[in-house]
Amino acid sequence: MLPESKIIGGDARSRAMLLSALYIAQEQYGWLSPEAIQRVADRLNLRPGQVYSTASFYTMFRMQPQGQYRIQVCEGLSCYLVGGAEPFLDHLIKTLNIQPGETTPDGKFTLEVVQCLAACDYAPAIKVNDELYGDITFERLDELLAELAAK
Amino acid sequence: MFEPVLTQNIHRPDAEKITTYLANGGYQAARKALTEHTPEELIDIVKRSGLRGRGGAGFPAGVKWGFMPKDPQLQKIVAVNTDEGEPGTFKDRQIVERDPHQIIEGVIIASYAVGASRAYVYIRGEFFLGVKRWIKAIADAYEYGYLGKNILGTGFSLDLSVHRGAGAYICGEETAMIESLEGKPGNRRMKPPYPAQTGLFGFPTLVQNIETLACIPHIRSRGAEWFAGIGTEQSKGPKIFSVSGHVKRPGNYELPLGIPLSEIIYEHAGGMWSDRKLKAIIPGGASTPVLTADQVDTPMAFETLEAAGSQLGTGAIVVMDESTCMVEAARRTTKFFAHESCGRCVPCRIGSVRLYEILDRIEKGKGLAEDIDQALYLAEQIDGRTFCPMGAALVNPARSTILKFRQEYEYHITHKKCFTSRN
Repeated sequence: MLPESKIIGGDARSRAMLLSALYIAQEQYGWLSPEAIQRVADRLNLRPGQVYSTASFYTMFRMQPQGQYRIQVCEGLSCYLVGGAEPFLDHLIKTLNIQPGETTPDGKFTLEVVQCLAACDYAPAIKVNDELYGDITFERLDELLAELAAK
Repeated sequence: MFEPVLTQNIHRPDAEKITTYLANGGYQAARKALTEHTPEELIDIVKRSGLRGRGGAGFPAGVKWGFMPKDPQLQKIVAVNTDEGEPGTFKDRQIVERDPHQIIEGVIIASYAVGASRAYVYIRGEFFLGVKRWIKAIADAYEYGYLGKNILGTGFSLDLSVHRGAGAYICGEETAMIESLEGKPGNRRMKPPYPAQTGLFGFPTLVQNIETLACIPHIRSRGAEWFAGIGTEQSKGPKIFSVSGHVKRPGNYELPLGIPLSEIIYEHAGGMWSDRKLKAIIPGGASTPVLTADQVDTPMAFETLEAAGSQLGTGAIVVMDESTCMVEAARRTTKFFAHESCGRCVPCRIGSVRLYEILDRIEKGKGLAEDIDQALYLAEQIDGRTFCPMGAALVNPARSTILKFRQEYEYHITHKKCFTSRN
């Protein structure tokens, strides 16, 4: 067997860390600002263009500033079938007074539409940051918003 | 009487812990595999079991293992596909969250069989709990001596680590997943060379879905004959079916392959959620062609679903009652694919968007008389003209609903509106 250092060469090794590094940078900066991209590029010995092209490929990397709570509404078929998707999205658009992709002026909430969250057994489902909420109703949604707004 | 094995532990308290797994006979199969078998014997057992990949394509697992080069000097890799993203599918999420050690045990046996000393888990970025469970399970497996150097004193060593994806459906395709593991955008590679020849970092790589790997310890413990005794001629073993949509009890149900779709819907998932009649079923995830209500007795197996004009896919069943607009179902699913196209191949990148636009205007009552044929023509131009199977997949919702529910499309165009109140 080859020793580990021979398995992955220096360049490939740092390149393979890119997604992890982007998660860390996003955590620290809140989003992948040009400064964050540059810093990741410097640390991994990559060009900023390489970092940007990879980051922008994936939907979980945020290329704009984000609110404190990212509310993601699933618009997948299974959520739609049981009354989810647009009704909740419309409700949030009205309540938060922002469109999908936008952030409230106080920086509290960002609203997003997402595809299947692999939670069809809990449909309709939404996600707030990394937390999944299933069997959503309008009442639960309002409670959740009030709870997050008070935090 | 069929007895679930893949999901036998998931309802236990603390099911995800290594102590729970060990208390219920866990890691015995890996111990026996490493101490009592040669790698060739294990590949032969998996071949004889008839196990086919559970990630969607259904390729025979043992054959895939056999493709890996035998040269012991060559570094080999096992890549564990936990990038579950096919709409309607949520089986892998549950296995990872509730029984990660079962998969690790499968990884150990697979790695030993193909001579890999390095394994990587690629997990869908959205599976936050799953990531945590994977990391903890791997750390515990190292601590108990099931991973690392000289496992169980056998001289076999294996390192396993977790890599988190970041939201891209295409990374469930094995070569795109490899690209992503290398820290690149998930643009799939040309095949050949296959990953078994040139995979991750250029090394021969075996990529397997986690449900496939979860079958391995049970095949070792209970025998290839036991596994091959379940199912149909060409579809062997237990399978986890994710059921969602208009049923009373959506959820994961582990059942033998070949079980009639109707039995899953009416007996296991509790039947239709309202008094409304069944209209259509997607049998294997959003990319598989829709079945009509009169096909509900189709056995859930690779060959029978293919004969019925669809596919087993991931075994994710989406049930739709008579209130569902099939144009809307197709529109919504096609939107997903248009969003997820990686952009590499023109027919998929542009075609998916054009197809979505046609469905969108039909659904909104703005469809033109020629739109239905235009959509079918587009589907033919996309299918089979892309590097990866996504082209063939993305046309299925539109094409199958047009072929089976054409009158609904015509209604939208003639009446300039949808027949349901919802849209």
